[in-house]
Order: sequence, then C-alpha cells, then structure tokens
Amino acid sequence: MAPLEKQGGTRIDVTDGALLPTRGDGRIIDSWRITIAFAILALLTLLFITKDPYDQIFRVVIKGAPLTFGVTAGAILGSIILGLFTGLGQIARGRVLNLIAGVYVELIRGIPLLVQLIFIYFALGKFFHLDGLPAAIIALSICYGAYMGEIFRAGIQAIPKGQMEAALALGMTRGQAMRLIILPQTMKIIIPAIGNEFIAMLKDSSLVSVIALRDILRRGREHVSRTFLSLETYAVVALVYLVITLILSKMVATMEDRMNKHE
Amino acid sequence: MSEKRLMVDIRGAEKDFGIVMALKGVNLTVDEGEVVLIIGPSGSGKSTLLRSINRLEALTGGQIFVDGDPLVGPEADIRKIREETGMVFQDFNLFPHKTALENISMAPMKVKGKTPEEARAKARELLKRVGLEDREKSYPGQLSGGQKQRVAIARALAMEPKVMLFDEPTSALDPEMVKEVLDVMLDLAQEGMTMMVVSHEMGFARAAADRVVFMDEGEIVEIAPPDVIFDHAEEERTKKFLKHIL
Ligand SMILES: Nc1ncnc2c1ncn2[C@@H]1O[C@H](COP(=O)(O)OP(=O)(O)OP(=O)(O)O)[C@@H](O)[C@H]1O
Ligand SMILES: [Mg+2]
Repeated sequence: MAPLEKQGGTRIDVTDGALLPTRGDGRIIDSWRITIAFAILALLTLLFITKDPYDQIFRVVIKGAPLTFGVTAGAILGSIILGLFTGLGQIARGRVLNLIAGVYVELIRGIPLLVQLIFIYFALGKFFHLDGLPAAIIALSICYGAYMGEIFRAGIQAIPKGQMEAALALGMTRGQAMRLIILPQTMKIIIPAIGNEFIAMLKDSSLVSVIALRDILRRGREHVSRTFLSLETYAVVALVYLVITLILSKMVATMEDRMNKHE
Repeated sequence: MSEKRLMVDIRGAEKDFGIVMALKGVNLTVDEGEVVLIIGPSGSGKSTLLRSINRLEALTGGQIFVDGDPLVGPEADIRKIREETGMVFQDFNLFPHKTALENISMAPMKVKGKTPEEARAKARELLKRVGLEDREKSYPGQLSGGQKQRVAIARALAMEPKVMLFDEPTSALDPEMVKEVLDVMLDLAQEGMTMMVVSHEMGFARAAADRVVFMDEGEIVEIAPPDVIFDHAEEERTKKFLKHIL
C-alpha cells in the first residue's frame, strides 16, 4: 500500500488507492465523472425501477454505514497519533528509538492486513476484555500507524533543513522547533496523503466484518445467509462502497486544490 | 581600547567532517561593538566557522567563548549562547506558516517568556526599524527577497543578541535589493552591534568593517583593516583571491 514519492520537494503523493482527480487533468476528471455517474445510475435504477429485492437489501446494508464510518474515523485518528510517534521515532537521534519505530514498520508491512487484524483482535481479546468496536479500531490503528509513520517521516524530511536550524539558532529546543515550526508545515503537506489513507482505510475497514462487527459488508453477508440473494446483495454492497469512495476522493482532491491555491 | 570586552573568543577551533577538515585550528577574537568581515574562496570554512559559534556545527577540537561563556564542555549552556547570538542565513529561513510579526515575536515568547503584548510591541518596533512597519501581516511568501531578509534580521534582533552572525546575507538577493539589506546592517553596525559577517560586499566592508579576515582551506591567512587588506594585502594567497573577486 501507499509507496511515497516526493514531488518537487514539498508535495507527497500516495501512488495507489483511489486516483485523485485534480484540476487541469481533464482525463482523470472524465473517468471520475463516468464512474460516479455509472455507480449512481446503477444504484438508482436498482432501487427505484427494479425495486424488489434491491430496496430491501439497500435498507439492510446501509444500516452498517455508521459503523463503517465510525471504525474508519476512529482508526484514522488512532493511526495519525501512532504515525506521528512512529515518524518522530524514525528520525529521532536516539538509535533505540529508530530501531523500535523501524521494527514496528517492518513488522506491519510484512504481514497481510487481514492476518494482522485477526491476530490483534484475538491477542487483545486474550488479555483485555474489549468490545468488538474498540478492538477493531485499535487493530486498524496499529496496522495503519505504520503507513502513517512513513507519511510523517517523509513529510518531516521534506521540510528544508534551514527551518530547524533557524529555530535552534533562536534558542528554541528541538522539541519546540518540532512542535512550533516543523510539524505545522508537515501537516500541511501530508494532508492529501492522509486523505488518501482515509479512503483506503474506509475500504479496508470492510475486513472488520470477519470479527463480527456489523459494518456494511457484514450486514450484506447476514442478509445473504437469510435470503440466499448473494449476487444481488453483493452488487449493492459494492455500489455503496464505490459511491462513498468516489465522493470522498473528490473531497480530498478539492481540499488539496484549495490548499495549493492558498499558497 | 584595551578595556574592550571580548565578545567572541575562538581558540584553536577544529571541525573535521571526515572527508574534509573544514577548520584547521582557527584563532580569532572579536571585541564588543566590533564588525568583522570574513572573506575567502568557496569551501574555505567561512560558514562552518560562523555555524560553530552557535553550535549548528559541533567543533571536533578547540573551544569558543561567547561573552565569556564556553561553548564546549560540561559547563557549556548552548541555549544561553544561542539566545545571545543572532544568526541571519543566506536563504532567510523565515517560517513560511507565520506572518512577519509572528516570525519576529515567536522566539521572545517561547524562549524568553515574554508576554504576547511585550513581544508584539517589540516586533513592531523592529519592523519599523527595518522599514517594514506596513508588512506585519504579510506571510514570507508575499515578501520580496530583500524584505524577507530584513524580517529575518528583525527576527534575530528580537532576541536582543550580544552578537549577530551573518552568513552571506545578500548572496541570494537580486542586485537591486542588496542595498536595502546592507543599509539595515550598516545602521546596526553604527549603533554598536558586535557583528561577524561572511560577505564579499566590498562597499559594506569599507564602510562598516573594523577588520577583514581572509580564510583559505580552513585557516585564517590574514587579518587586517579593510583598506589595508584590499589595497596592500601581505599574503600572496590573499592578493590572488582579491584580484579574482574585485
Ligand atoms: N555537513 C557537511 N558534511 C561534510 N562536509 C561539509 C559539510 N558542510 C561543509 N562541508 C565541507 O567543509 C568545507 C567548508 O565548508 P563551508 O561551507 O564552511 O565553506 P564556505 O567557506 O562557507 O564556502 P561557500 O563560500 O561556498 O559558502 C567544504 O569543503 C565543505 O564541502
Ligand atoms: Mg558558506
């Protein structure tokens, strides 16, 4: 997931996941428009023209949306906090901190997300009696924290060295310089990358359905086991994810656009 | 003359970067109120010398005292020395996410514990002094190079330093902006600020410098007043270098 590239020294892009449409790239905007038009049209046709059984399926499945969003939002927050410390650990001057952060990143990157999720869920369940929801948020936070860490590290390293030097020369401590000078600038350049992680997280949050959380996918699976309407149900599930993801990627792109214009 | 206080006392400063020895035992003293200009070819160690004084580079040998306080050793208090030395960089290094006023008032608040009112009042006074009183709300991206460097000078002055270090403050500027920055530095020199300036601006040197230091290959080759060194340098290396740049 998400290899990072520095562009022009100050922008960080994530090269996989949803393709972010930006102004001035007509082709991508067109493909975005075609896809969203197709998705919405298909969904509306099924719901209002074909109706049965799709309207029923939709009502069942969409009940999972708050949980999908809740898990995603919680885990993004958790992974940002974890990612911040991981990123700082990677660039810290202490060798031990470098190693801890580095090993964490390597470990997480080397294990499939689904395997991690199940493992962390059951490992956590063994020692703490956590509900499914916090367990899922913690598990996803730990998984995504490693990638966020890479984003923070690249973001911090993209800030010119002179910024830290100027802050130190004024008598600030390294901590003050980090907090007041480096990180605010870092946040600004990594917001698009974080937005992208949010979209990827929303999609990956469907994995929590394996640990019995009733998100969009889980509701669909339950419906299938009751009605055996597998093709119809999963078609609706897929369309719902598609519409949400497309809208979010547009929002991220608009935000990035607006920020660039603000310079 | 002899009662002058020693502001900077560099004793046998060495900096070994591993591949190069950037400073090979430099000795130099700067009195209070003195303006010392440092010249020399690229790679001669000018920046390294200046950056050693506030420990942006750590010496690998020797010692520096700033107003009597040691820079190296168990007694060294690096933050005190950094508070007492202002630094102006070639490429300004203003904080792009802060306005001109915030750039100047930030360190006095965070480092010296000044109240926001005190810090802002002082910042406005300094902006006025560098001729930018109408730009306090501007972000660095909205300022010209010369204006940025003047804000950077004001930012350093806000800490009320005892010594100001300038590393090629006009080298990144378009020619028409050099003068506005040099004028600010000239004022500062006339007000009695102790200054160490790496620069090849000969006009500034003649007008403001008490002494000119010529460095080459990590060593000080010659020290003399500007008129002497520019017109009657003693060392061959100095003459050769000056012929090259004049
Ligand atoms: N961080 C560093 N790591 C390794 N070598 C360095 C580093 N900084 C400077 N040097 C080397 O130390 C020597 C002195 O560099 P310094 O920047 O002090 O020269 P300078 O006189 O300021 O040159 P210029 O006029 O080009 O600014 C050079 O050979 C340079 O390559
Ligand atoms: Mg230099």
